[in-house]
Amino acid sequence: MRILALASEGPLTSVVKASIDKRSGMARLKPVPSLNRIRENRSKMAIPITYNVRNLRLRLGATMMTALGIALTVAVAVFIMALLAGLKKAFVSSGDPLNVLVLRKGSQAELQSGVDRESYQTIKYLPGIAKDKAGEPLASGEVVVVIVIPRKDSSGETNVTVRGMSPTGFELRPAIKLAEGRWFNTGQREIVVSKSVSSRFRNAALGDELFFGKGKCKVVGVFDAGETAASSEIWADVNQMASDFERSAAFSSVLVHATDSIAAQSLKNRMNDDQRLRLDAFMEPDYYGEQTKSGKPIQFVGTIVAFVMAIGSCFAAMNTMYAAVAYRSREIATLRIVGFSRPSIITSFVIESVLLALLGAALGLILMLPFNGLTTGTANSLTFSETVFSVRITFAVLVTAIGFAVAMGLFGGIAPAWHASRGEILAALRD
Amino acid sequence: MTLSRFATKNAFRNRRRSFITAISIAFSLLLLTLLMSVYRGFYIDQGPPESALRLVTRHKVSLVFWLPSYYREKVRTIPGVVRVSPWNWFGGIYKDTKPENTFAQFGVDPSEIFDVIKEDRVPPDQLEAFKHDRAGAAVNRALAEKHGWKVGDKVIVKGTIYPINLEVTIRAIYDSDNAFDSMFFSTEYIDQALPRVKGRTGTLYTLVDSPEHVTSISKAIDEMFANSPQPTKTETEKGFTLSFVAQLGNVKLFILSICGAVVFAILLVSANTMAMTIRERTREVAVLKTLGFTRRTILSLYIGEAMTISVFGGLLGATGATLLMIIASKMPNGTFFTGFKVNTPTYLVALAVAALVGFVSAFFPSYSASQRNIVDGLRHIG
Repeated sequence: MRILALASEGPLTSVVKASIDKRSGMARLKPVPSLNRIRENRSKMAIPITYNVRNLRLRLGATMMTALGIALTVAVAVFIMALLAGLKKAFVSSGDPLNVLVLRKGSQAELQSGVDRESYQTIKYLPGIAKDKAGEPLASGEVVVVIVIPRKDSSGETNVTVRGMSPTGFELRPAIKLAEGRWFNTGQREIVVSKSVSSRFRNAALGDELFFGKGKCKVVGVFDAGETAASSEIWADVNQMASDFERSAAFSSVLVHATDSIAAQSLKNRMNDDQRLRLDAFMEPDYYGEQTKSGKPIQFVGTIVAFVMAIGSCFAAMNTMYAAVAYRSREIATLRIVGFSRPSIITSFVIESVLLALLGAALGLILMLPFNGLTTGTANSLTFSETVFSVRITFAVLVTAIGFAVAMGLFGGIAPAWHASRGEILAALRD
Repeated sequence: MTLSRFATKNAFRNRRRSFITAISIAFSLLLLTLLMSVYRGFYIDQGPPESALRLVTRHKVSLVFWLPSYYREKVRTIPGVVRVSPWNWFGGIYKDTKPENTFAQFGVDPSEIFDVIKEDRVPPDQLEAFKHDRAGAAVNRALAEKHGWKVGDKVIVKGTIYPINLEVTIRAIYDSDNAFDSMFFSTEYIDQALPRVKGRTGTLYTLVDSPEHVTSISKAIDEMFANSPQPTKTETEKGFTLSFVAQLGNVKLFILSICGAVVFAILLVSANTMAMTIRERTREVAVLKTLGFTRRTILSLYIGEAMTISVFGGLLGATGATLLMIIASKMPNGTFFTGFKVNTPTYLVALAVAALVGFVSAFFPSYSASQRNIVDGLRHIG
């Protein structure tokens, strides 16, 4: 009787031929050099990835269920990251680097601030402010208030910023274009609303009338502010708003346009340092950048949700991989016999787990793609009003989501892979 | 051996798998329990019974507009109104804008405020001192402890809305079940420092005599000022709080969709485990049938097994969430969580969800297993 067997000699096992000596009746073990040479070469080889892909396909039911679980986790994470990316975009792209925003000293936001008309006259004629065609300085005293209006989707009412401005205000914001209708006329109860305000709130479409202040205001135009903070605003004539809201004594803020960046910086410093004026000046982009922290609640809740779901998904992946290992114990033993080393088996199973997670990530991203570009809003802690922004699945979000899934696959796959490489070869073969 | 015991034994046959499944379910249910508690805190709970008796009146257009102070006395004339206090948001900064230094400051009428929020407890002598010092302040105990304030300490809060700083002496420290860190001071402080804002108030806090009168009184208040230059909007305290939640966005939908995703995810995990388990035991099912067990018994056996695992996971998760909520509310920045607790109904709902998930996940694989031909089953090679 002759059998092939495996003998363990130190770290490496080798194939031996076992036979029973007819004369002495003793068992004899003789290594098989040809087979062992193949094994030695194999031990340096990695198991091809197609093996893992085929295995995932073979156990399609389990694979899909686990992948879907991971997909849901990835989807939640992507949604939250996309919300934050959109919110950040709305603030980061707001503001002209040559614009300087002036508030009362100590105020954090336009809503709290008050700059009296006298100071406005002083600010207006400071050196370094650009002039318009008529030779007037590009400075706009503005009145900012918030009003509560109901959303269209009946998810409640929210605060919306109303900005009273003079026509100079348009010149200071050249990026903002009229999309429909016309700009308001001064001295009229007319307002222009941003595209998103128009589509998200009741009675805010072109031709509608919104009731606030001391009466009805007609929507005469819709402007397109792209994805900037202004896309959450309603604009109206400054004097009309000042009288409506009894803010005639002071502007909320003053926005000035500097001739160049050096002038902007010196304007800012000059106003900050002037003890008599008692003003705080900000570069417009900095002022909006500060508001990105409005995303903190979403970030906080989102991180917890994504993290806990990820732990759940890790365990789910682990379960599937353990099942895969148990199901294939004989196969793994065979792989070991033909010479694949333990590290290559560990690598192979971890790769399989990561592939599973990547499939989940792909499904999750597909699930979330329809939400890309969706407009939504959240409370801005600084302006006390709603900031509208779009959900944006940016490249960074994409990469993070994939990384997130890979991490889940790694954590879920390592323990089962380790077990796979440690199994008793002979016991597994006999099973 | 009874059937339930058999199911439990089976559940722990492949210990590692059952354990991993239970842990996976536990984490998801932990999240679900937390989300349900927040949802309940926002939309279902009515707060303490006194809270239901309180109304908040603000300017109809928005909170940033003032109401004339004399509205207070007019509101008082409405039958059923017990107490009214002004309630002015000061919006100041203590030290800096870091979250741990953030708390609310309200200008109130010291002689009446603790009759409006009557469930908060103030020592009588401290209340007297607070009433008699126009530059005095009352703070809740948690806030006082956080900053190490004692009665008699001076605190300076920088104004943002008002161009003045609040320099007040702590006269009273009150105990409140409410999580909200706040400081009360006399509205007169602002009136005297800034004569131009005298005669204005932000909101009015009203206590009414009985829950039946809440709706009619809030209507009466709004009707009283409907045609004046400053029309009002009156809501219950809860409604007022909810309007802040509504500003965060569609929170309701957000919570519900995450809950949905979580439940679906655990359903997948559990179903996967059960499918694996039952596939492995095809031969066993055939043997059980040969021994004379009915399909129904076999079905209930496997469903029982799945439910054992998922309810075990549910128990872990819901208990974990309860503990986590308690720990979070004790953390220095955890005031947000103090308002939310995992109560018994939420806990039971979480367990019910777990049980339901177990049931649904096991039903289809075990149904097909129980329908399988005995001979095929016996021939099946695992």
